[in-house]
Amino acid sequence: MNRYSIFSLARNAVNYHKDWEKAWRSPDPRPTYDAVIVGAGGHGLATAYYLAKEHRMTNIAVLEKGWLGGGNTGRNTTIIRSNYLQDESIAIYELARSLYEDLSQELNYNTMFSPRGVMMMCQTEHELRAFKRTAHANRLAGLDCRMIDRAEVKRLCPIINDSPRARYPILGAYYQPRGGTGRHDAVAWGYARGADDLGVDIIQNCEVTGITREGDTVTGVQTSKGYIKTNKIAVVAAGNTSAIVEMAGVGLPVESVCLQALVSEPIKPVIDCVVMANTVHGYMSQSDKGELVIGGGADGYNNYSQRGAFTSLEHTVTALVETFPIISRLRMMRIWGGIVDMTGDRSPIISMTDVKGLYVNCGWGTGGFKSIPGSGFVFADTIANDRPHPIAEPFGLNRFLEGRLIDESVAAAVAH
Amino acid sequence: MRIKCPYCGERPNEEFTCLGDASLKRPTSNEPDTMDEWFDYVYIRDNLKGRMHEHWHHSGGCRSWLVVDRDTETHEIFGVTTARDYNAKGKV
Ligand SMILES: Cc1cc2nc3c(=O)[nH]c(=O)nc-3n(C[C@H](O)[C@H](O)[C@H](O)COP(=O)(O)OP(=O)(O)OC[C@H]3O[C@@H](n4cnc5c(N)ncnc54)[C@H](O)[C@@H]3O)c2cc1C
Ligand SMILES: [Zn+2]
Repeated sequence: MNRYSIFSLARNAVNYHKDWEKAWRSPDPRPTYDAVIVGAGGHGLATAYYLAKEHRMTNIAVLEKGWLGGGNTGRNTTIIRSNYLQDESIAIYELARSLYEDLSQELNYNTMFSPRGVMMMCQTEHELRAFKRTAHANRLAGLDCRMIDRAEVKRLCPIINDSPRARYPILGAYYQPRGGTGRHDAVAWGYARGADDLGVDIIQNCEVTGITREGDTVTGVQTSKGYIKTNKIAVVAAGNTSAIVEMAGVGLPVESVCLQALVSEPIKPVIDCVVMANTVHGYMSQSDKGELVIGGGADGYNNYSQRGAFTSLEHTVTALVETFPIISRLRMMRIWGGIVDMTGDRSPIISMTDVKGLYVNCGWGTGGFKSIPGSGFVFADTIANDRPHPIAEPFGLNRFLEGRLIDESVAAAVAH
Repeated sequence: MRIKCPYCGERPNEEFTCLGDASLKRPTSNEPDTMDEWFDYVYIRDNLKGRMHEHWHHSGGCRSWLVVDRDTETHEIFGVTTARDYNAKGKV
């Protein structure tokens, strides 16, 4: 692999950038792999990278029905934070956030992690109390987060409407200074390039259509590019995971719904932090290009079409115009949707299954971009050693049967 | 997406609230060894890609419970009936 640096940039500038080598190969599938990962989103690619790097499993493939990073990883609004309520969640999200801190160096690929600060607004007394509770839980866990008052919210984000007469007045906010954003595509591309360099085959345009088993053990996958033999299958396909594990006779406590986002025309810098307003279902940040990146709530019905309801967008935009009056005249440039995989407790599933050799990592729903490095790290360990990594263990499928839910539906009332 | 309520006619989907899979059957036993049935009923979802029967509540209208036969990939609606008729006939 040619390393990227100021020198390689200068060298290639001389040749008008015509001689850059491809960032990853496009190999044909081999007949047999030690492990097959289904889905080349951030989670699948990170899993492959850590399997190869930490566990020396290099005879592995990532199968992707479309193009890598074309699922939710390439559709999300890139908010990164770790201030969740439950200890189990804090452990995995903070592992991921801390890995993001120097991911660009790790991958030799600029993932543009920008710890610009995430503010979660308190706009009702109830919300204020709920976030104070989270703040105490996070303080016990040693996270660098704090409650801030209305004056500080206004200082950090001058365009916010802080009028006490607003429909939902700002009572304060819960603030994580080292939360922020990253570049979604770069995270997928960086892990893909890193995994490819370690020998992992990333096979695009290769849809998994069946899983074969012998007794209770998996033996291979049927794909649009032929049959591939393997004894380990890791399904990491977000909203499509149910349909794939169903091929092996496994049911999941997951439902797929559409979550949308939109961006405005580019404008001069107006907001240099991330603002989330859970009560009114909207959140916003500004990209380096100057576009306001806006997200809201998920639709309330099952959906596999990657197109959401107009009413959800209307709801989000209404709330944000009230919160940020200066955006009312902005034109919106693009809207899109992704199919997110929702669990009942709004926590992910990182698990072995009743079928030997079948692993699943899904249920990240509306908030799994922030967790990509941590999830890949613990899932790779789980697959390589055929037992749950300690941080992954609480997220096993058995938690539902055992009534051990990891309830984040309060802390994550809005998509993010 | 527009849903044709048997009482109110065709109305926009924002008048309705979706409650998901209508084909789930509540277990009738409280015996400990029916845990798996309860687990399936409470948590496991078929999460169908394609046609499914769903409960929709006309919450912003006549407030009746309906069952809608809908395709989750195309949003095409094949039929709507009341929840009472659905339970009696087992189909939409
Ligand atoms: C609009 C929107 C905004 C969001 N905002 C945020 C945010 O601000 N912060 C945050 O942390 N999270 C956010 N999320 C959530 C986040 O995007 C996801 O949780 C995360 O990207 C999931 O990554 P993944 O790798 O599991 O799935 P994906 O990136 O969806 O990858 C799954 C891949 O599997 C492939 N696949 C599916 N079926 C098959 C098959 N049969 N065979 C082969 N391949 C298959 C798909 O093509 C896809 O590429 C948002 C999501 C959306 C939709
Ligand atoms: Zn009606």
